[in-house]
Amino acid sequence: MSKNGTNNDKTVHKVGSQVIVDMLIEQGVETMFGYLGGVVLPLFDKLYDAPINFIIPRHEQGGCHMADAYARASGKVGVVVATSGPGATNLTTGIATAMMDSVPLVAITGQVRTSLIGNDAFQEADTTGITRPITKHNMIIKDPNDLAQSIREAFYIAKSGRPGPVLIDIPVDMQLAQCPIPPKGEIDLPGIKNRAHGHARQITMAAQAINESQKPVLYVGGGVIISGASDQLRALAQKANIPVTTTLMGLGAYDQSRPESLDMLGMHGSAYANYAVQHADLLISVGARFEDRVTGNLQTFAPHAKIVHIDLDPSSIGKNVKVDIPVVGDAKQVLTALLNEVEYKPRKEWFETIAAWKAKHPFMYDKNADVIKPQYVIEEICRQTQGQAIICTGVGQHQMWSAQFYKYSRPRQLITSGGLGTMGFGLPAAIGAQLACPDKPVIDIDGDSSFNMTLTELSTAVMYKLPIKVALINNGYMGMVRQWQELFYGKRYSKSSLVNPDFANLARAFGCVGITVDKKEQVAGAVKDMLAETRPCVVDFRVDREENVWPMVPAGKSLHEMDGLDIFEMA
Amino acid sequence: MKHILSALVMNKPGVLAHVAGMFAARAFNIDSLAVGRTDDPNISRMTIVVVGDDKVVEQVRKQLLKIVEVVKVQDFVGQDCVARDLMLVSVACTAEKRPEILALIEMFNAKVVDIGPKFVMVEVAGPESKVEAFIDSCRPYGVKNVVRTGTVAMARYNRAAKTEE
Ligand SMILES: Cc1ncc(C[n+]2csc(CCOP(=O)(O)OP(=O)(O)O)c2C)c(N)n1
Ligand SMILES: [Mg+2]
Repeated sequence: MSKNGTNNDKTVHKVGSQVIVDMLIEQGVETMFGYLGGVVLPLFDKLYDAPINFIIPRHEQGGCHMADAYARASGKVGVVVATSGPGATNLTTGIATAMMDSVPLVAITGQVRTSLIGNDAFQEADTTGITRPITKHNMIIKDPNDLAQSIREAFYIAKSGRPGPVLIDIPVDMQLAQCPIPPKGEIDLPGIKNRAHGHARQITMAAQAINESQKPVLYVGGGVIISGASDQLRALAQKANIPVTTTLMGLGAYDQSRPESLDMLGMHGSAYANYAVQHADLLISVGARFEDRVTGNLQTFAPHAKIVHIDLDPSSIGKNVKVDIPVVGDAKQVLTALLNEVEYKPRKEWFETIAAWKAKHPFMYDKNADVIKPQYVIEEICRQTQGQAIICTGVGQHQMWSAQFYKYSRPRQLITSGGLGTMGFGLPAAIGAQLACPDKPVIDIDGDSSFNMTLTELSTAVMYKLPIKVALINNGYMGMVRQWQELFYGKRYSKSSLVNPDFANLARAFGCVGITVDKKEQVAGAVKDMLAETRPCVVDFRVDREENVWPMVPAGKSLHEMDGLDIFEMA
Repeated sequence: MKHILSALVMNKPGVLAHVAGMFAARAFNIDSLAVGRTDDPNISRMTIVVVGDDKVVEQVRKQLLKIVEVVKVQDFVGQDCVARDLMLVSVACTAEKRPEILALIEMFNAKVVDIGPKFVMVEVAGPESKVEAFIDSCRPYGVKNVVRTGTVAMARYNRAAKTEE
């Protein structure tokens, strides 16, 4: 942002395209994603022999999701490149997805040369204008002196504080100009305000509230994973003896095999998590933002609870609910400080009440059905991977079942588009995650309609020999849409089914392994074969077409007003 | 309730678009927005008048602070500050009405900046209420054209405003 170009003799000058590559290497980029085009050719020329593992997707949206998932799985910054105009507009869904889930991402776009900007030149689009509301920050380089430092700043902004995507638009003449590389120094951005520690007085107040509480609940979001605070969270929950529920984005922040885990809360959360929140006298929110899918009717949300809200982003605090004890700070640092001030309390009655809810209302489905129940497929995948795989998903019912029936034990294990809910995220995400974690099994549990949106990336998985698995929960419907139509539109299934290809055959045409499973007895064997495969593998599970996700808090209802609990009791 | 927010922002292309876009995207209502340079060439000041309850304005302030180029935001509500609007207004003014209108101008401590056979252009500066009152008083004669800046404001000496960095 500041002009760092000095004409002092010691400053190194290089051609802009090389400066970009040098800066990427300086930032520690090992793997990146991107697609070619006219105004990024100078950059790609310098990438020809750069020591960077460069992955070419089949569509820029796919590339952006790959970079995003690479970042989510590794904790590093994801990097994606696209050309101007259509290349840049194709990135937008991916950028918005990363924005909503606070993923550190740097998107580099080419732009027409500065003298043509504003002239409706070939493949010109106002990329910074288009992406301004969906980036944490963006910039266009119009002075060669700014190039190097702007790239450093982009990485810094992407990962600092609450992370997010940063876009740098680089006109082709900037890539061809001689640009100085100022020495690497401290980044000075007065507009970045991070208050990581948390106010000591607020922390003491929170600790007091915890120590006084009879019925506390920890309500944990993705912020804990981003902050790397899972160990501190576990220590706090155990020391102070508090049950823990997480949002979709928080899954993995707390080991779900532990008895104090209440699993996920919210619209499709567990009955016991939702009841616990509604009965709690204290709700300690860490790195979560009281989103409507989590809270149900805000007026009746956690009606008896005092609310402690720990978040790095001050704008998240007090946005949706009235908070009694706000703590602005990084989850890891605040939890560490809290840990010193909390005391153990037995809370026998509270845990007994919760245990009774758990016993009465576990996540359930009809295990005796003849057809393949989607939940069974996911349970089987969880069993055979011992809950250790990295799971990616599309958006819909299968995503919710993946949240309910796979049990996560470590952070960065579930990679899903929570905030934006982007169908088509699953497959490219699996590719990005596999590149970040080459030694771990990576499974995209996908819906048939979601998969249809980006399945062309199978070709990318084949090209780079990535042993990703796709477990298709194929109900032949936009299942989540169909469920809403069933429940709220009198079963009028308007336009919510597609004619699908034969996915296994299609997979084979791409060079993957393709398996179709239409009998319950074949499920376990197919999962085993899938996991043993070293090539990309698609298993098309033809599941019960009209299964619903339960429980469900209908939109606008209170969190404890769940439908579908009786269905559990029947089973 | 009206809040006057004063933001220091980096003097960069795109900042105004960023701030204005944020207001639109989050459905905040701006009453006025005035931008100008400060004595530091790298820093500009935006004075924003927002209407909303305390909760809304608190969100506005926090969302402004999230913008990377926004360095500092002050909320002047409940603070002792000087707030001024500037207006140019051209009023129909026939020869026989002239003495009346000139008296009005004098009463408001306003200034005649141009005069023609059928109109007079007046410069009025002051608190928003005064500027409003002046227009109201001119209306019977016929207001032809109005140009106004947004409100600009500054805290009075030695009185702390709610500051956040
Ligand atoms: C890009 C995009 N378009 C539309 C939607 C709205 N939507 C949410 S879930 C869903 C259906 C998903 O169907 P499928 O992928 O087959 O998953 P299922 O619910 O059947 O498991 C749709 C259309 C969305 N989330 N994303
Ligand atoms: Mg489906």
